[in-house]
Amino acid sequence: MTFALQFLIDVLSLGGAYALMALGLVIVYGILKLVNFAYGELIMVAGYTLFLVGGSGLPWLVMAAVAVLMAVIAGILTDYVAFRPVRAKSVTAVLITSFAFSTLLQNAALLFISPRPRNVPMPAAFSQTVELAGVITPVRNLITIAAAVVLLGVFTFLMRRTVLGIAMRAAATNFTMARMLGVPANLIISSAFAISGLLAGIVGILWIGRIGTVVPGIGNEPLLVAFIATVIGGMRSLGGAVLGGFLLALIDTTLNYTLSQELLKFRDAFTFSLVILILLWRPEGLLKGPATGQRT
Amino acid sequence: MLRHLLTIAILAGLVLLLVAGVEALGVRVFDRIATNLCISLVLVLGLQIFMGNSGILSFAHIGFMGVGAYTSALLTIPAQMKGMALPDLYAVLQGVQLPPYAAMVVGGLVAAAVAAVLSYPLMRLSDAAAVITSFALLVVLHTIMTNWSNVTNGPRTLFGVPRATDLPMAAIAAILAVITALAFKESRTGRLLRASRDDEIAAGALGVHTAQLRWRSFVLAAFVAGIGGALWGHFITSFSPNAFYLRETFVILGMLVIGGANTVTGAVIGTFLVTGAFEGLRAIEGALNSARIFSEQVIGITEVVLALAMIAVLILRPGGLFPTREIGALLARKFAKRKHVS
Repeated sequence: MTFALQFLIDVLSLGGAYALMALGLVIVYGILKLVNFAYGELIMVAGYTLFLVGGSGLPWLVMAAVAVLMAVIAGILTDYVAFRPVRAKSVTAVLITSFAFSTLLQNAALLFISPRPRNVPMPAAFSQTVELAGVITPVRNLITIAAAVVLLGVFTFLMRRTVLGIAMRAAATNFTMARMLGVPANLIISSAFAISGLLAGIVGILWIGRIGTVVPGIGNEPLLVAFIATVIGGMRSLGGAVLGGFLLALIDTTLNYTLSQELLKFRDAFTFSLVILILLWRPEGLLKGPATGQRT
Repeated sequence: MLRHLLTIAILAGLVLLLVAGVEALGVRVFDRIATNLCISLVLVLGLQIFMGNSGILSFAHIGFMGVGAYTSALLTIPAQMKGMALPDLYAVLQGVQLPPYAAMVVGGLVAAAVAAVLSYPLMRLSDAAAVITSFALLVVLHTIMTNWSNVTNGPRTLFGVPRATDLPMAAIAAILAVITALAFKESRTGRLLRASRDDEIAAGALGVHTAQLRWRSFVLAAFVAGIGGALWGHFITSFSPNAFYLRETFVILGMLVIGGANTVTGAVIGTFLVTGAFEGLRAIEGALNSARIFSEQVIGITEVVLALAMIAVLILRPGGLFPTREIGALLARKFAKRKHVS
């Protein structure tokens, strides 16, 4: 029983973080049908902002809000630098510009801050543990679960009940048609990037809270996680991204518990092979999502 | 046919000119840079074989470079060195020692074989799914290289690889790669593949088996990448798995994109330009670091500038500097036009 609870908390907290990462990636993909390789760097931006404002003496929540805000700005910037100028030209061009933008941000951090890890201020709660029905678990896991539940709730409300959300879903389903019906394309795309930045910022803080330091390559792992989760769950469906995130967490946690130390080193190779297999079995992912028109 | 020969002549001439110039100057640094350039040329042309003809971005290329480098290294490290460099090596491989030239070809073949098995099912994916799986493939290859300590020495540096690559050899390999890339581009497979690149549905309707053709070009590209990796391994003589990851991918991709992925000429010109710019920037970085103007080491300028250049090129000229026509075709056309006017 204790083990089951332990396992559940592990899966839910990891899955919550993974689901939010995947959601941030897929919200842009859904509308543009383009992958944002610079997504991981939004997390890096949030981390470094937290490091830079760390000495200011502000309350932690304010610092965190500034960090998330910077991630949102970086997200919108990604749209303006890497996507908007080449969006209409070719898929490959956008993939490469976003990859280039990602390298640009990472190396800017190397150049202007430092290649060495930097400490990030975290509230004491992040390093404490709590006992829950006989299971000792870090408080940050519970915070992650709570944040995931709240954010997923807000996000669902936004997508289902507000004009912006409905317009975004329309744009994701049939971009040309949505434009003809008066949905402003650039505004919708920028909003998608802003939401992507918001999710990346929040999940970034939770993610960095696990280690307490930030390095220029911090965004690589979340990017990979988001990739896998969206691919497993379905690249076109927001629900699929969330499902993929939790599924990936389940796979990872199970492998963590079952693989021997020798094989555990190869965990990433196992997970990625699994992704390739799932894509072969269902190129669309597990959840199909709405039928979509051509890329615009 | 004439224009293709013209293209080969010009591109090979460019490489030969470089070699002749460097040999004439006789400066060691230039020799090193030129050899590096020729090896990059092999890698970029390999990527062009797949990307240029199929239109699909592949991240896995550098992974196959790593496969080639490690295979060739394993087969050439002298037996007495192996005990030190790779203490946990399988007994079968311990006694093996091939001449480097043979080992390089084996490196290419192993890379091609790995690619053939892994990629066969992936080739029916297009667009974003194809790119993400190729990215996943790179991560898988990198994870294996980092953790398979028995043959790669794990994340640590593998040393003791005999030095075999010199400038003339790298130049010959580069010229062969130019010819291979052009020959593939103009072959039946290459032409059909480019038809599927421009319109997958129309090409499919005309009976083109897109997945099959993509697979062929992918295997050939992996073979070239494996050779390139082996050349690099015998040039640098000690390396770790991190040499075959995102940074290298970015550089090789940058060279191809800036020159123009669709043409062999673009691949060659891009490699020359980016190598030139890179070495210049690296010299500036080195000068800044040795002058100690800043309190910490300056790193990353080269990547920042390359990234900006890539974005700028893609915004201004999405196809790169040579988007559609090879240099030979461009010159032949110009010549014909002039004759027509007079």
